Amino acid sequence: MSVLGAAIHRRLHHRLGAPSTLFYIGAGLCLFWIVVAIAAPWIAPYDPIAQDLRATLEPPNARHLLGTDNFGRDILSRIIWGTRLDLQMGVFGVLFPFLIGTTIGVVSGYVGGFVDVLLMRLLDVTISFPFFVLIIAIVAVLGPGLMSFYIALALVGWVSYARLVRSRVIVLKHADFVLAARSLGFSGPRIAFRHILPNAIMPAIVFSVSDAVLDIVLGSSLSYLGLGIQPPTPEWGLMIAEGQTFIATAWWMTTFPGLAIMLLATGFSLLADGFAEKLGLRE
Amino acid sequence: MALLEVADLSVEFATPAGALRAVDRVSFDLAEGEVLGIVGESGSGKTVACRSILHLLPGARARIAGGRAMFERRDLLTLPERELRHLRGSRLAMIFQNPSTHLDPLMTVGRQVAEPLIYHRGLSAREARRAAIELLARVGIPDPGHNVDAHPHRFSGGMRQRAMIAAAIACEPRLLIADEPTTALDVTVQAQILRLLLDLRDRTGLSIILITHDLGIVAATCDHVAVMYAGRIMEQASKAELLRRPLHPYTRGLIRSRPTAAARGRELPSIEGQLPPLADPPPGCRFHPRCAHAEPRCETGMPLPEPATPTHATACIRWREVMAQA
Repeated sequence: MSVLGAAIHRRLHHRLGAPSTLFYIGAGLCLFWIVVAIAAPWIAPYDPIAQDLRATLEPPNARHLLGTDNFGRDILSRIIWGTRLDLQMGVFGVLFPFLIGTTIGVVSGYVGGFVDVLLMRLLDVTISFPFFVLIIAIVAVLGPGLMSFYIALALVGWVSYARLVRSRVIVLKHADFVLAARSLGFSGPRIAFRHILPNAIMPAIVFSVSDAVLDIVLGSSLSYLGLGIQPPTPEWGLMIAEGQTFIATAWWMTTFPGLAIMLLATGFSLLADGFAEKLGLRE
Repeated sequence: MALLEVADLSVEFATPAGALRAVDRVSFDLAEGEVLGIVGESGSGKTVACRSILHLLPGARARIAGGRAMFERRDLLTLPERELRHLRGSRLAMIFQNPSTHLDPLMTVGRQVAEPLIYHRGLSAREARRAAIELLARVGIPDPGHNVDAHPHRFSGGMRQRAMIAAAIACEPRLLIADEPTTALDVTVQAQILRLLLDLRDRTGLSIILITHDLGIVAATCDHVAVMYAGRIMEQASKAELLRRPLHPYTRGLIRSRPTAAARGRELPSIEGQLPPLADPPPGCRFHPRCAHAEPRCETGMPLPEPATPTHATACIRWREVMAQA
């Protein structure tokens, strides 16, 4: 672990210079949640869906550190298990838009001309709808569930990546090293994806980290609206939705999952800021 | 037989004001193992002429307006892009002025040297890596086994130029176009890089077109020289003849404006005026507005280089008088 850590550190250091303290706090928070997600079966004190009707709505105490909900389920255990889903929403929610968006961005920027016009008009059409409304509409059509959520994000979320990457590619395709690559006879796709893309992708990576935050919040919001994860699966947004009715009498049902979302989002944001800051310094 | 025969090469740029002829009926031959220097000021068309041979013209606005460039019995100028692409990097290669910006900053030097071998020769990554280490050693990179994995930013300017040369010669091309390869380097490194190029020529029979504005480099490295001015070749000869007995007033001006130890303390002579606008070149000889020998008949006709001796061509119609005056 420490060897890997040192290797990652050296790599980051090599590419970006010394990362800031905020970057480390962000990385630490993200790492914390990843560990929690992996270790869920061993660290969760209770079964997250086991009901205990003799111990409903208990405030935080020695047996239930973060209290119980209206079915007597342990809040801490549900948050721990929920980490798996929420992290997954962050990662996959970003992965597909990232892949689709960067590909479209590279093709659009590098090929240019008619292809560029066509893809950018498609992009205009997509962003002309309000983001959340479009996501909710697509999920509502496809039916609630994680799959619909990912499909909706892939259909809508690619636009930001496409725009970020395209603008960099347009600048870079006239770069000297691209001319040098052409002078060595490489094909267009090879130059676009092996030489231009790696140099154009950093802003998209930075954005993807903060985009992951948005996706987690969005996924939680959809669960809250009943369009995402279905009960009794433990998921933070859903837990907040379920706790809403009891907000006056059992504040712990909503507060702790809320805090969890906040801490994960903060971790991702700091990580993104750390990247962006270093990138800004570099340019 | 010549390796490359360029005849009447013309290149035009489309501008809002109409076509601008950056290269006008340029002709030259290049023998196996020969180093041809193309000398000229910035904007004289020397880079554009050479890039057009490789179809590396900037943007869609530039087009080849005429001529031929015969290489291995094929006309490079009319070759489909697809076929020419396979010649680039394998039979024809090019190195550039600024080695710092012409290397991919995120790819290791070794990968950049190995890539042409993987792409053109179908070598496996492992074989290509081994070949890259050998190439780096051959171009004089110290500790190639270690530096093969370094990124370009760890290299000095001279080492970057060496790395770029290694990538260019990886597939053993027959022709190397070197576009001011030493302009961005300091003088001691310049000499090393030029020696490396000559050494490669001696060992592999590579032909080199060396684009430069520095007559000192020409004197040190070239076999033949072509002097370009405003898109035209003004004079063309073997190096010795051109430097000893220049037959064009422009070449004379260039040679005279070099600092020499003998002229120490005196003001450096220069050629008055500047390059004419290519969109609106002067009639007749393009150099006549700046020429001390100009007379009315220089303003008519468009002189192309004509042989004064079998190995010496000049585009000056008054070369006999110019020579007599010297």
